Amino acid sequence: MAVTRDEVARVAGLAKLALSDDETEALRQELSRILEYVEKLRELDLAGVDPSSRALAAEGAARDDGVGAMLDRDEALANAPDTDGRHFRVPGFLPEG
Amino acid sequence: MEPCDLTFSDARRALDGGKLSSLDLLDSCLSRIGQADPDLSAFLFVADHEALRSEAADADERRARGGGLGPLDGIPVGVKDNISVAGMPLTCGSRILEGYVPPFDATAVARLRGGGAIIVGKTNMDEFAMGSSNEHSAFGPARNPWDPGRVPGGSSGGSAAAVAAGMCPLALGSDTGGSVRQPAGLCGVVGLKPSYGRVSRYGLVAFASSLDQIGALASDVEGAAVMTRTIAGHDPRDSTSLAERVPDYERALLSPPVRLRLGVPRELSSGGASPDVVAAVDAALEVLASLGAEIVEISTPHLGYGVAIYALVANAEASSNLARYDGVGYGARAGGAGDLDALYSGTRSEGFGSEVRRRIMLGTYALSAGYYDEYYLTAERARSLVAADFERAFREVDAVVGPTSPTTAFPLGERLRDPLAMYLADAYTVPANLAGVAAISVPCGLGADGMPVGLQITAPRSGEATMVAVAGAYEREAVRAGVRPRLAGGP
Repeated sequence: MAVTRDEVARVAGLAKLALSDDETEALRQELSRILEYVEKLRELDLAGVDPSSRALAAEGAARDDGVGAMLDRDEALANAPDTDGRHFRVPGFLPEG
Repeated sequence: MEPCDLTFSDARRALDGGKLSSLDLLDSCLSRIGQADPDLSAFLFVADHEALRSEAADADERRARGGGLGPLDGIPVGVKDNISVAGMPLTCGSRILEGYVPPFDATAVARLRGGGAIIVGKTNMDEFAMGSSNEHSAFGPARNPWDPGRVPGGSSGGSAAAVAAGMCPLALGSDTGGSVRQPAGLCGVVGLKPSYGRVSRYGLVAFASSLDQIGALASDVEGAAVMTRTIAGHDPRDSTSLAERVPDYERALLSPPVRLRLGVPRELSSGGASPDVVAAVDAALEVLASLGAEIVEISTPHLGYGVAIYALVANAEASSNLARYDGVGYGARAGGAGDLDALYSGTRSEGFGSEVRRRIMLGTYALSAGYYDEYYLTAERARSLVAADFERAFREVDAVVGPTSPTTAFPLGERLRDPLAMYLADAYTVPANLAGVAAISVPCGLGADGMPVGLQITAPRSGEATMVAVAGAYEREAVRAGVRPRLAGGP
């Protein structure tokens, strides 16, 4: 199953990963090889078979929508790379002008 | 013998009988860490010794007063570095979380502390639990105490190596595709993956949310059983946590496997595992038969598709779970980013290692528009067939048995160039995660190369008691016969 360079670039954009040309090519080959391996799933007759992970979840696990004990602001900011003391601070994301 | 080389059950009896103090046990473990860890790199962080000694002294005092918090009181425990311990750094083996210190304990950790366990430190692991050799740690590989030129397995390689080397009798790991059982098998210790939902995932950094479970690594089955019982049970903070009462796994240890039926998968016994692994496991099955178990062949035709299913499902879930590492609220942040998008991409590209990037890419691809049905949904459907194989098997047998891994521990570097070869190390362990059932690896002798071999026993969901009974009975017999591999001098 051959993955193209364009697809690698597209997926990297979705995953917010910046890849060099070498990394793109290496990933292209590795993903192709792995996807070729998973082709074996085509051998299976999956007609009428439901996807499974729903069956694993416990039922009725929602709680009442009430306020409980949470981290205080200082705890929440303690690990942040950059804050203004009240918020996480990040570079702008709106286009200039 | 050094106190740190005692099995959990021997250490516990020595503590209860007043023959050993928690302080002496802790000091012995810390001394072993100091001596062996520079070579093995099992630990990424060890807590302040004086603080730990103070905890041990408290445990001794409780015992002296006739109190005591239970079987884990004063027992040193390692915790895999993807499980939150308040106040101790948490890296998940990754640069992207450098500097992060959790402000809370995982539920499993809180329960261990409630039982008096002493959290000694955080153990090495494959980055974000993605790996089968502990070679994908950003902080260097952990090594197998039986042969430091070989891998300890992964991703809970540090925890397995720590227990095998006598650094602590118990450790927590996490198991998504075999990451507790496989390193336990390769290091000659016990590793237990509970049924999905049996142990709360609150405080476990998520890799694949429908597969992850926290599991116990221990120097013996009793240790794994006691540790599992302590951490298991409903937690309102984990919506997938099972409400069922936790049985007394220790009592299960006492019942022999008479009249139990053990199934050997027909499809897996034809090739795949190396001959010496097959021989060691066959010998273990003979021991179980001599104890009264009936060994039967069963058919599980879909288990062989496990790695392919896992490659898609686990990595798809991971691509979603790892989207939160963006440099905003915690961990590392790329410098000089001009805008938010560059912040995200820069942080993630610099902070994640190659295996993590590869898996995120694979998972994102499998979920992306145009590919979701063909890859992710197909894998989820195939997964139902794996679960059905186990359901069918458990109507005929009480547990499924076989090797934990196809080979013994391989040399460092051997599989790094070939990601697919690395994934195949999990061929026998992945099915239990896909089906949400319980499984344990127990040491069953040595391979031709003198390295440990693991016997895997898989039980139905919430069948941990059966599994522990079989494992415990085998272990008692193996110890008697001198088959149980022990690294340091001892029984």
